Amino acid sequence: MNQNILTTSVDTSSENGIRTEEMLLNVGPQHPSTHGVFRLVVKIDGETIKEAIPVMGYLHRGTEKLAENLNYTQIIPYTDRMDYVSAMTNNYVLCHAVETMMGLEIPERAQFLRLIAMELNRVASHLVWWGTYLLDIGAMGPFLYAFRDREMILDLFNELCGARMTFNYMRIGGVKWDAPPGWVDKAKEFVQYMKKELNNYHQLVSGNEIFISRIKGIGKFDTSTALDYSLSGVMLRATGVKWDLRKDEPYCIYDRFDFDVPTATEGDCMARYQVRMAEIEQSLRILEQALEQFPSEGEVIGKVPRVIRPPAGETYVRIESPRGEIGCYIASQGKDKPWRLKFRRPSFTNLQILPTLLQGESLANMIVILGSIDIVLGEVDC
Amino acid sequence: MSEEKRRPTPEEKAQAAAEARAKAEALRKLREQEEQGAEAAPPAQEEAQAQAADSQEEVAPVAKPVSEMTPEEKAAAKKAAAAEAIAKAKAAKEAKESAQQGDGASSAEGADAEAKAKAAAAAKAKAAAAAAAKAKAEREAGGSPADGGDDDAKAKAAAAAKAKAAAAAAAKAKAAQATGDGAEAAETPKAPSKNQPYLDKYVLRITEKFGKEVLEASYINELAKEVPTLVIQNERWHEIAQFLKEDGQLAFEYLSDLHGVDYEDRMEVYYHLYSYKNRQSLAVKVKTSREQSSVPSVMDVWNGANWNERETFDLLGIHFPGHKDLRRILLPDDWVGYPLRKDYVQYDEEV
Repeated sequence: MNQNILTTSVDTSSENGIRTEEMLLNVGPQHPSTHGVFRLVVKIDGETIKEAIPVMGYLHRGTEKLAENLNYTQIIPYTDRMDYVSAMTNNYVLCHAVETMMGLEIPERAQFLRLIAMELNRVASHLVWWGTYLLDIGAMGPFLYAFRDREMILDLFNELCGARMTFNYMRIGGVKWDAPPGWVDKAKEFVQYMKKELNNYHQLVSGNEIFISRIKGIGKFDTSTALDYSLSGVMLRATGVKWDLRKDEPYCIYDRFDFDVPTATEGDCMARYQVRMAEIEQSLRILEQALEQFPSEGEVIGKVPRVIRPPAGETYVRIESPRGEIGCYIASQGKDKPWRLKFRRPSFTNLQILPTLLQGESLANMIVILGSIDIVLGEVDC
Repeated sequence: MSEEKRRPTPEEKAQAAAEARAKAEALRKLREQEEQGAEAAPPAQEEAQAQAADSQEEVAPVAKPVSEMTPEEKAAAKKAAAAEAIAKAKAAKEAKESAQQGDGASSAEGADAEAKAKAAAAAKAKAAAAAAAKAKAEREAGGSPADGGDDDAKAKAAAAAKAKAAAAAAAKAKAAQATGDGAEAAETPKAPSKNQPYLDKYVLRITEKFGKEVLEASYINELAKEVPTLVIQNERWHEIAQFLKEDGQLAFEYLSDLHGVDYEDRMEVYYHLYSYKNRQSLAVKVKTSREQSSVPSVMDVWNGANWNERETFDLLGIHFPGHKDLRRILLPDDWVGYPLRKDYVQYDEEV
């Protein structure tokens, strides 16, 4: 794969007579800090990165091709495997696209269950990011705390839909399973617990001198660059754009709840760290309200035709996943299978800026920058 | 099909695939001959066989000296093999189709109508069901996948209404779809979309600057949250993209998504743009042919188009002249064919 993407040069004619040589370094495909199979070919001159070329596709399973031979309900489990850290939002975006085409009504209780599931998943996803990012930088402890607390969310999901990560929970028109008795109270308990824990996280890491000096001013870019590179989510908000699809193009029932869209202006790794941590707080805020207002009874799936056939035409919807803007395009010909299905994956699009960010950087900052983008390779490769 | 699973070097892959194909071909030929003996084969099958035999002759010289070939020759051989595979698939398809024609209405539409008819029959008399099936078939014929334009939608809606009236008896079985289409039909003449003024503005800005001929169509896409949609002339797309981004009134500085769709008679590239300044979305479609598909690259307008265009090239084979680094991104560089094309035939049988 890509044999001739980079060439190195040897310089023997330097002034002081020292022979310098550029070197090619392969980071990955099996590298613990890429959190998946992702390869970066970097050309280094000493400690400085001259050029970096991302090589991906190791996890490409052809989801979009497979989907053309599946009916809409059958595609849902495939979406779990794209962004496997936040499968609920993937479930939702597909269902949302089909529902938009068919103009389906979603019952109140199902809306709440979806929203609660998505927000819990956002917290879980950010916890994974927080733990592994610090692990990449060299702090072991936070990883253990983060995964301990994330496990509680996964247990909640396990009770809700019988799976810890690949949920297959949502259906076109609603959700598959109702919350078991006592589940809402457990979730409420967790939210209170997590609020306290979040303070501990900040105490442990956020003010740490070493940590701050490690990530401050690294991987910096401004708003116009972010827009030019189609960045979304935290990557965009960390440059000062107050933009969150939950607020600005409301879907599900997000418009019923009070929450802020955290932003930062510096656009560096520190800013992205701060925005993500603040987002956990906001998600907990949404969860608190949603669990309080959770309807005591009702249907969890609406009136949906037995065979789902969206009308002929095309649709594109986008929602806010923990990683940014996840979109789903469907071209339908009125059949029970999509003619073409395309996912706009935030990890894939956000990763585009990496070569630009790495150019001229020190090699030691490479993982710090890569980690701050927060990619999931299952989604990059789709 | 794969007998050998040793080292997956390209030469070995190609050779193994060629051998496997030759074997499969021989087997198929044998089977076909047997079939011919049993019953008179339809002419299409003979044709397919002849074609297959032709392509086998083609592949024979390829299979032998593959290890001695230069890289260019190898690439050519690969291409030839892929083309042959497609030709074979086509021939098979033709044969199948002609065989099916003998049965009468056993196409996908017919099957669909049959299923519907069955459902109706459960509730109503058989005569009513037959009428419904007929109406349904008519309706589908009316709304066949021709153009994504407004006219098509209208024609379809009209056809749906007609079918609805004719198949009133079977309304119950079709309730789900009928309500969907009915709602759409009712909405179209009612209030214009809230995005209609925006669409008018975009159309005006573009036609003022570039003339009417650059816009092939413009409509509100009801199915995609009423997003204004423009179909733009392929040749002029790059300058219009520039204009869409840089014009003070339009200011579409953000490219949300870019991908291609294969419609069998044409290719389309779909762009979803967003203006953070005006808080407005716009969808743009650019059409191109399937044989020589190319759409001007907008990578220099929106940098975010870079990987998306590479992905579209990788999976659909649409070229983007002007792209600085157009090569495969998800699949290996030596992959043959473009998987998301509807006539894609997998070349490497070991995968």
